[in-house]
Amino acid sequence: MSIKMSTGLMPCFNVKNMKIALMFSRPKRRIYTTVFILVFAVSLLSACGSMNKSGIIVAGSTSIQPYAEVLAEEYMILHPGAMIDIQGGGSSAGIMAAQSGTSNLGMSSRVLKDEEKSLWYVEIARDGLAVIINPANPVQNLTLDQVSDIYSAKITDWSQLGGTKAKIHVITREDGSGTRDAFVNLVMGESNITPRAIVQDSNGAVRQLVADDPNAIGFISLGLVDETVKALQLDGVAATRENVMNGSYNLSRPFLFVAQTEPTGQTKEFLDFVLSAEGQQMLVNEGLISPTEGT
Amino acid sequence: MKISARNAQRIAKILIWASALLVIVILLAIVIFILIKGVPEISWQFLTEIPRNMGRSGGISSSIVGTLLVTAVAVIIATPFGVGTAFYLTEYTREGKITRIIRFSAESLSGIPSIVYGLFGFIFFVMYLKLGWSILSGGLTLAVMILPTIIRTSEEAIRTVAYQYREVSFSLGGTKWQTITKAVFPSAIRGIAVGVILGIGRCVAETAAVILTAGSALRMPDSIFSPTRTMAEHFYILAREGISMEKAYGTAALLIILIFIINVVANMLVNRFVAKGR
Amino acid sequence: MKINKEKISGLLFLLIALSALSVLALITIFIFIKGVPIITKVGLFNFVFGMVWDPSHGAYGIFPMIIGSVSVTLGAAILGVPVAICCSIFLAEFAPAALSNLVRPAIQLLAAIPSVVYGFWGLLFVVPAIRNYLGGPGLSILAGSIILAIMILPTIISIAEVSLLSLPRQYKEGAYALGLTQWQTIRSVLLPAAKSGIVAAIILGIGRAIGETMAVIMVLGNAVAIPQSILDPARTLTTNIGIEMGYASGEHQQALFATGIVLLVIVMGLNAFAQYVTRRK
Repeated sequence: MSIKMSTGLMPCFNVKNMKIALMFSRPKRRIYTTVFILVFAVSLLSACGSMNKSGIIVAGSTSIQPYAEVLAEEYMILHPGAMIDIQGGGSSAGIMAAQSGTSNLGMSSRVLKDEEKSLWYVEIARDGLAVIINPANPVQNLTLDQVSDIYSAKITDWSQLGGTKAKIHVITREDGSGTRDAFVNLVMGESNITPRAIVQDSNGAVRQLVADDPNAIGFISLGLVDETVKALQLDGVAATRENVMNGSYNLSRPFLFVAQTEPTGQTKEFLDFVLSAEGQQMLVNEGLISPTEGT
Repeated sequence: MKISARNAQRIAKILIWASALLVIVILLAIVIFILIKGVPEISWQFLTEIPRNMGRSGGISSSIVGTLLVTAVAVIIATPFGVGTAFYLTEYTREGKITRIIRFSAESLSGIPSIVYGLFGFIFFVMYLKLGWSILSGGLTLAVMILPTIIRTSEEAIRTVAYQYREVSFSLGGTKWQTITKAVFPSAIRGIAVGVILGIGRCVAETAAVILTAGSALRMPDSIFSPTRTMAEHFYILAREGISMEKAYGTAALLIILIFIINVVANMLVNRFVAKGR
Repeated sequence: MKINKEKISGLLFLLIALSALSVLALITIFIFIKGVPIITKVGLFNFVFGMVWDPSHGAYGIFPMIIGSVSVTLGAAILGVPVAICCSIFLAEFAPAALSNLVRPAIQLLAAIPSVVYGFWGLLFVVPAIRNYLGGPGLSILAGSIILAIMILPTIISIAEVSLLSLPRQYKEGAYALGLTQWQTIRSVLLPAAKSGIVAAIILGIGRAIGETMAVIMVLGNAVAIPQSILDPARTLTTNIGIEMGYASGEHQQALFATGIVLLVIVMGLNAFAQYVTRRK
């Protein structure tokens, strides 16, 4: 017995059938098929090289993506007819897209690696990196070494840090994330993040987990910290914008726009807007730090 | 201790009704939750405005259009190729090793996770063919993804058309083409439609494959070469980044309603084309 | 004239079939071309049974993910199959027509819910429940199994129901004539007769469970270590690809495609098994 999909009742071979059959009669089907093939072929042919005919593409870090979208939206309001598309994928993907020319600009939330240094880049903002825990967790302050030990599973229980007796649930980001790379560079040093750590694919997901789980610890963009989570003090320094700016809180990373070569044309215009006072103010309003602030 | 037949019947009846109840309760829990949270969000403004401010305000009109376009591209491409292939396999070839291999491959391919299609689509359509992140890339990727399903269900539907219909047609002097179009196709159309509807449902709900190929742009697409963000994708991004839970629920609610409408309409259309009675 | 039209239409179908099949072949070849180099480099045994997945240090062992996939799928099957079979029996045998006409579209509606919505709902309800009542971070194999079990219900129910419904009436009538109760009929006559269809339904459901990505990413925790209990977070073959897909470069990308090859092999194995079972009459 073959597996029958619910084909239902078997219709009779009768007059009604013939009427239906005429709807799909020979001449009509040939027309449909020819038209379809033509349309398909034409669209496929004209597709090659049609990219970027009239817009620019910005791709990369999911940390930067929401901010870039806000900037792009404002830019498109100020310049009607301009088309800017923001694409996620992660810092590494964004750098690759810029390198290969798939996108006009790449977004990276970490410093460029040596093999990527040939790219043109500009810093559009600075972002603090906050280590967050649940608001119900009594712990207030940790040293960088302690954070590193937590993440490498040398410390496994909150009671070892002055909290309640409970296993620490370590949360990290995925392997291509700029946020994670920044964290590893700034905090982990030589140690590796434990393979037992829970991996999430966005800042928001990490934040929500930490907000729900009293025993969780994670790291997110400073600009995304809200009242649902608590940002730890590191070595006695509170995680605030001011402390990032004056350098006492040194867990911060640059938000970069990268490109194959120095941008021209529409790309340059958008970049100018991002770096302008207006664009920078928008970013500051969202919680980021402008590279021009305080200088 | 042996349970009497009557008791076994009673116990079985309770368990079976309980399991059906469980399934219904779960369904209601999920659907009602989403609808309750999401339907209040759905307003005329929600349906006609594009997302603003990362999606925190405005509507999701660009997502709706994007979803429909990507699905349309996928279905328009996949259906003729899928149904045609199914016809070829059943009508023009003899049942043998090759057809078995093809059938087996089609079945296996329809089981590959969509993420693999997404990777393929990204490297092939987006980068290699330089179509970029676009509705076309997304649609083509989805077309390839639903192609095996359409081939398989169409083939099944065509094969179950009783051989007598073909015999009668041939004995009346019909050619192969006439037989296919006038005798086999109308009988098989219901099963074929089931496969196409399954494919449509899969396209609308797909996230992993479209993120990599159709992009995640928020503005209204102006051609099939523009990137777009489908509703499933938009929901995922909104919910994960915690940007706006209300809009996320609204998107999810609209998505469920849309899929339901597609199913109902498609079933209605199929019923209209199929003659009733045995 | 007619003969020419015949030849043309035959040719047209051939072309269509060839192009469709070549695209499908293209994908298979593509996956293999991209994935095989890393397998030959690392060694098939080391790849499949390697315990450590750490791309930034060049370690490409997918065994933790295989364990993740197997345990989540097994859990989903254990939870979902009995309920699904009972429900299909309900629709085929116990429910009055009016009720079954309501329940059946309801189950189709379950199938229409996008997987991201399932994952989100799981994250909101199932994960905290596990965390608060059973311990652990909540993101766990158990959470994944529960969500997957729910997701594969519609598939198994609808196909199993069709199998039961398409049995000849004589089976049931004969059994009743012999004085069997309804349950005895179902258990000893109908279920065995519909066995191949039901098994196929189960295998289809399992196939869907193995291939699921988005919902699982949200509730499974995605830790790369081998899970030691069902309350531990884990990572499946699919979520491995899904989480690291953006990081598409060099060896790492090849390793992801190699994971895709493994998935393809598993699905083919499942299909072969399904075909073997349904062919035995």
